[in-house]
Amino acid sequence: MEVFLFWIFAVVAMGCGFLVVWHRNPMNSAIYLVITMLCLAGLYVLLMSGFVATVQILIYAGAVMVLMLFVIMMLNLRADTLQREGSTRAWLLAGVVGVVLVFRIAQLFSIGDPNPPPAEDFGTIEAVGASLFSTYLLPFELVAVLLLIAVIGAVILAKRSTP
Amino acid sequence: MWADVLIILLKVLVVLLALINLGALLTWAERKQSAAIQDRIGPNRARIAGRAAMGLFHALADGIKMVTKEDFVPAGAHRTLHTLAPAAALFPALVVFAAIPFGDVLRVGERVIPLQIADLNVGIVYIFAVSSMAVYGTMLAGWASNNNYALLGGLRASSQMISYEITMGLSIIGVLMIYETAQLNVIVQKQGELLWGFLPKWGIVVQPAAFFLFLAAAMAENKRVPFDLPEGESEIIGYFVEYSSMKFAMFFLAEFVEIVIVSGLVVTLFFGGWQVPYLYADGFHWPFGWGVWQLPHLLVVLLQVASFGFKVLIGCWILLTVRWTLPRFRYDQVMHLGWKILLELAFVNLLITAAVVLLIT
Repeated sequence: MEVFLFWIFAVVAMGCGFLVVWHRNPMNSAIYLVITMLCLAGLYVLLMSGFVATVQILIYAGAVMVLMLFVIMMLNLRADTLQREGSTRAWLLAGVVGVVLVFRIAQLFSIGDPNPPPAEDFGTIEAVGASLFSTYLLPFELVAVLLLIAVIGAVILAKRSTP
Repeated sequence: MWADVLIILLKVLVVLLALINLGALLTWAERKQSAAIQDRIGPNRARIAGRAAMGLFHALADGIKMVTKEDFVPAGAHRTLHTLAPAAALFPALVVFAAIPFGDVLRVGERVIPLQIADLNVGIVYIFAVSSMAVYGTMLAGWASNNNYALLGGLRASSQMISYEITMGLSIIGVLMIYETAQLNVIVQKQGELLWGFLPKWGIVVQPAAFFLFLAAAMAENKRVPFDLPEGESEIIGYFVEYSSMKFAMFFLAEFVEIVIVSGLVVTLFFGGWQVPYLYADGFHWPFGWGVWQLPHLLVVLLQVASFGFKVLIGCWILLTVRWTLPRFRYDQVMHLGWKILLELAFVNLLITAAVVLLIT
């Protein structure tokens, strides 16, 4: 059952991820990205991380993508208003990065299962919160500062008077 | 094994049917109540065997009308998304209730059946995650209709829903701090405790400010008067202007199911869910040393489920009354209220709650 679900989520996530890049219509691309996010949340559930899965839906599908759709609707982007972009150099760079990535993943496969079996309360809100505020306190605070910078930046940009 | 699956399916079926039927019934309640408020008679024509039953058959007649009407897709509309949007609006409303407990446990012989579809560790976060998906229905409906009025309606809807989601989430954190869990059935169980030996520790008692903030934000999420700018049905119409027949009915049903959901959430978080004051698993334990009334298990469970249902119905009635009592906000007022008043109040409430919880423990 678990393997079956994994394949469904994985194949749909990969397929929709491909369609995000391939589709000309920005609205369709955004919707496919939402489906990809939802499938990733499904994969997190299979990895016993219920909290990460719900937060994935709440933040990525429920907030980030909604803002993206909002911008697409606000600018009323249609397929014909967008030009196809990309130079030879960009394609080359993307190809190199892709090959390196596939190579690294293939290396990881040969290791086998590197993770110890999860603890009893793995993935619960309590466990995630405890590790965020002890083991990973510094990165957590840094991310908070980063978000604060982004908020201040947005306010400054919005306040800038246009001539 | 098979019995477990059967019990879960039965629970899902009961909750879904109750939700949809209550939603349909609320359309009748809203008409009849608005008629009473505005000194009209209201629906009284649809008859079965010569009986009007106070217009109750109008819900049935509406259903038949919606199913048999022509399903129209405007020219230039995005066909797939236009069809998908009503489903995207209704789906979150129907699955949210899975995490809301409607009773404690029912004991049948050796078997212990929790009266809740899914007891999730992330409980309340699941509810926010799923309800944050509801905005897609309105946005897609506005965009896919190829109509500028619908597009503007969709934009108004999405900005309003994003704004008020933040207040809604922040107002709940105080509740989570006090009950020290996100699991909804544990939150309800802890509301059965007593303060000073006689006052039930309901959410409204320990977090009164959060209750009003949550209610206001949830009503804005529900997109009904006084927050009905996305739709504005009396003059501008909104995101579902290009929808007809059953697709329109799905938006309509989603709105009324959301009323039940909002009411159910408010009851679960602030009014003790299925708790009856002083009623415990073995009967009533009266305060001030007035003794104990022993009650059989089945009666206790029945009282609890009835208490939850009763509270939810009262909540629905209050929400309907608000809709027919208040005028609509202007759009800048909605944004001002959401970002400059409710959000700040939610932060202040959070700070005070955190300080008090720290001092007490």
